[in-house]
Amino acid sequence: MDADRVHGLSETILRVEDLHKTYDGNHVLRGVSLSMLRGETKVIIGPSGTGKSTLLRCINQLSIPDRGRVWLGNKEITSKKENINCIRAEIGFVFQDFNLFTHLNALANVRLGPMKVKGMKKAEATKLAVMELERVGLADKASAYPSELSGGQQQRVSIARALAMFPQLMLFDEPTSALDPELIGEVLEVMVSLAKDGMTMLVVTHEMGFARSVSDEIIFMESGNILEQGPPGEFFTSPKEARTRAFLSKITELYGE
Amino acid sequence: MPNTLLLTIGLLAGGLALGTLIAFAQVYGCRPLRWFCRIYEQVFRGIPILVLIMIFHSGLARSFSILLPAFASALIALALRSAAYQSQIFRGAIQSVSEGQMLAARALGMTKIQAIRNVILPQAFRLAIPPWTNEFSSVLKDTSIASAISVLELFKQSGLIYTRLYVIRGAHWALIILMLVALIYLALTYVGNAALGVLENRLRIPGFEMRGKVER
Repeated sequence: MDADRVHGLSETILRVEDLHKTYDGNHVLRGVSLSMLRGETKVIIGPSGTGKSTLLRCINQLSIPDRGRVWLGNKEITSKKENINCIRAEIGFVFQDFNLFTHLNALANVRLGPMKVKGMKKAEATKLAVMELERVGLADKASAYPSELSGGQQQRVSIARALAMFPQLMLFDEPTSALDPELIGEVLEVMVSLAKDGMTMLVVTHEMGFARSVSDEIIFMESGNILEQGPPGEFFTSPKEARTRAFLSKITELYGE
Repeated sequence: MPNTLLLTIGLLAGGLALGTLIAFAQVYGCRPLRWFCRIYEQVFRGIPILVLIMIFHSGLARSFSILLPAFASALIALALRSAAYQSQIFRGAIQSVSEGQMLAARALGMTKIQAIRNVILPQAFRLAIPPWTNEFSSVLKDTSIASAISVLELFKQSGLIYTRLYVIRGAHWALIILMLVALIYLALTYVGNAALGVLENRLRIPGFEMRGKVER
């Protein structure tokens, strides 16, 4: 909050410039550029296989882009001079299939990052982990192992795990796509409250309800490019591109309004 | 018997340390390192145990005048061989830890080494216990081969005893002593397996029994 007051709300947190990535001769990203201000939530939608997940992975360098640059604040992530591990510690990443550490219970999952990456004392990290689990409504599940939790609970623990690092930016890679329909709501609820708390979030999702009500901007990607972007009101009521319209009507058909 | 136990423990420990290193190098190492480990593992799994022991004992002594005490040559030869087998146990275990675990650890900002130590190793280790129990049983009995270069272990000692008794008391004593020795090996194997079974249960975590459970 203090940072907001000093820099003003228009501080750019993330800047992506002309990102390219090729997998096995497949040109997955073809020059993607975007930027995010502190506190903004942006949602990326688009048909599968258009590079949405690859874009997220290229942002925190889990996948190394072939070309293009990425900045977190004023640090260039893609520069060889920056320590990528230090930068990753400031970017929360939520995976489609949760990827909780299977040998650790919920509390230890959340505690591990602060302890190992930031060198936090165990007692302090435990206190923090309990707090973050409370934030996602799972304080009572602290001692449960991932296999004892439902998919929705696992995803909420994984969000708590990311939050415990006090990230400047959170990346969500289809966080509800692996969940049974009745479990999606609890995860979205946590994400909505995060957005309201002012977290900067870049979310790949098919949840149009979430996109419509929470995001500041919708980004429509197809074939490795950003085809169209705009605030949700405009985007959903009067999309400019024919292909955006086609995608939206298909999505409405599938998921309803 | 002390020598048998000492050999078993020594070669398992040496094999464990080297085998784990080789396994991680094979999975995460650069290409030349992976290549080197593959050759090592193939060579040491492909040479008969007796030939290997003779190379380290007589071979080196004759050709390069490196004279190792018999116990040391047996220990080194068996440990290097066990490392090759153990590396395959751990490689399998590491590879059955899902890729997402490494990704999640790196996404938190852990280095590759931190991720291996805090996330991959604890999981791989648990998955490796059942096949490792098998390796234990195997090498415990393999130590009897050290008698070939006159290491005074369980089997060698029994040989000394029964040749003496054979002369004094008659032929059937050979069988009695050998049966007794077999029984001792059996007991040691049983005790070791039971201890490792206890360890496996101690370290059991919900979610892991699905993959690694052995019905007893």
